[in-house]
Amino acid sequence: MRHSVAEPESSERAGPLAEEAVGLERAGVTLGGRFVWRGVDLTVKTGEFVAILGPNGAGKSTLLKALLGVVPLAEGQARIFGKPVRRGNDEVGYLPQRRRFDPDLRIRAVDLVRLGLDGARWGVPLPSWLAGSRTKSQQVHSVIHLVGADEYAHRPIGELSGGEQQRVLIAQALVTGARMLALDEPLDSLDLSNQQSISALVRDICQQQGVTVLLVAHDVNPILPFIDRVVYAANGRVVSGRPEDVIQTETLSRLYGAPVEVLRTSDGRVVVVGQHEPVTYHTHDHDV
Amino acid sequence: MTTTSDYSLTWDLLADLQLLLRFHFMQNAFVVGTLVAILAGAVGYFVVLRGQSFVAHMLSQVGFPGAAAAVLLHFPPVIGLAAFCTAGALAVGVVGRRLDAGNRMESAVVASVLAFSLGLGLLFFRLYAGSAQAVYAFLFGTILGITDRDVAVTVVTTVVCLVALAAIARPLVFASVDPDVAEARGVPVRAISIAFLLVAALATGTVSAFPTALEDRFHQSYRAHLAPGLGDILKLRAPGLLGSKSTPSPEKH
Repeated sequence: MRHSVAEPESSERAGPLAEEAVGLERAGVTLGGRFVWRGVDLTVKTGEFVAILGPNGAGKSTLLKALLGVVPLAEGQARIFGKPVRRGNDEVGYLPQRRRFDPDLRIRAVDLVRLGLDGARWGVPLPSWLAGSRTKSQQVHSVIHLVGADEYAHRPIGELSGGEQQRVLIAQALVTGARMLALDEPLDSLDLSNQQSISALVRDICQQQGVTVLLVAHDVNPILPFIDRVVYAANGRVVSGRPEDVIQTETLSRLYGAPVEVLRTSDGRVVVVGQHEPVTYHTHDHDV
Repeated sequence: MTTTSDYSLTWDLLADLQLLLRFHFMQNAFVVGTLVAILAGAVGYFVVLRGQSFVAHMLSQVGFPGAAAAVLLHFPPVIGLAAFCTAGALAVGVVGRRLDAGNRMESAVVASVLAFSLGLGLLFFRLYAGSAQAVYAFLFGTILGITDRDVAVTVVTTVVCLVALAAIARPLVFASVDPDVAEARGVPVRAISIAFLLVAALATGTVSAFPTALEDRFHQSYRAHLAPGLGDILKLRAPGLLGSKSTPSPEKH
């Protein structure tokens, strides 16, 4: 049986009374009969900004799906805000890893956000002047305003740029009044300036609204300044802790069971070299 | 024998319309045509939204062996039609759309079902020694040969399909546009997609019963771009029928 390699539980920002947002106990998930990861213990406190890192296929997305109740645990327990995980939990907003929407999809951004609120209910989606529920459309418009998507809220989602779509989808994830966001590679396939503005938006939502953020990332650098904690998945195991404790040569080498080196560039960016597949796309011509 | 020349059309459109609607078979044709246009528009919207036009095509084809089997076993063709369309929809829904496999798996299942059903259709057709009038009617039927019973069947299926579609519309849109989030929000994505295929099967079965006039309409509805297609179909259907009535048919003299 595999165990977590290190569990340096420490968090300076969240006080001892801070409520637990995520609790995993000896959790394991199987896909196709084999464990993606197992023996995972993880605690995330309310209001923390957590980055989930690791190579492709390490089970980062599966970790989010397990917390959403979409993928069942094979063993152990998972809690969100003290309650067992379940699908359709209004306290958790989800932004899946995705392709972009089809350019000719004739669904307006505002309708997509609205689906996040009541899309699971039976019946016909009525136009707003017929539906008559004011509170719901106010809820929709306030999250659209929060993410700064007012300008294009009434345009078809397929016509929007990648960054604009991402803002709308974050609004959709928040619209139920979610206290936790599970974001799967929200920065993927965005250009550098959009990466910065979307990660700044997520940071603001985290800091100003007190929303707990779990963000799966391929490249830690755009979010490195904001994160309170790193969850690193590799090799069937998961380690968590402060960024400087986890993203370092010793911990990652132990996690991978192979020599891995963490380099820091002069401008503070980190590069992990020596693994099968790089965690960042930068400066990576030689193996160590 | 009456020919079309006995009822030659004038330029007085109102009078022409009144003339045409005097015929019971024309009334039936208009009623069924309108119902099917509405149904095809509603179902077609979701077919396009979900990228399932290949499945819809398949559903319209698997009716053929169904009708042939029913004729062979001395059942009304409509029963075979409904049974085969339902079975085809279930095959695609249960096997085809695994959540992560996307559309490729579905296409493979659709293609297999299509080939299989065509083979079955020919087999049943051959096994039936007599003249398979009902199968011919199914393959080359005409909208002007619609009986009152056909009208009743169409009314019932249209109402059932539209009510079912209305009941699942919102989660179906959610599951079609955004399946991952829909699943996380608690939408039974798999069940919804099977439910939709069953509605589509019932709708296609109805449509297939009157192939010459209706199958093309149904196909147009999802080739045309989403909702605007509904209006076009409704507009085009009546002139089409009027035109066909005013054109001399290749009758025996």
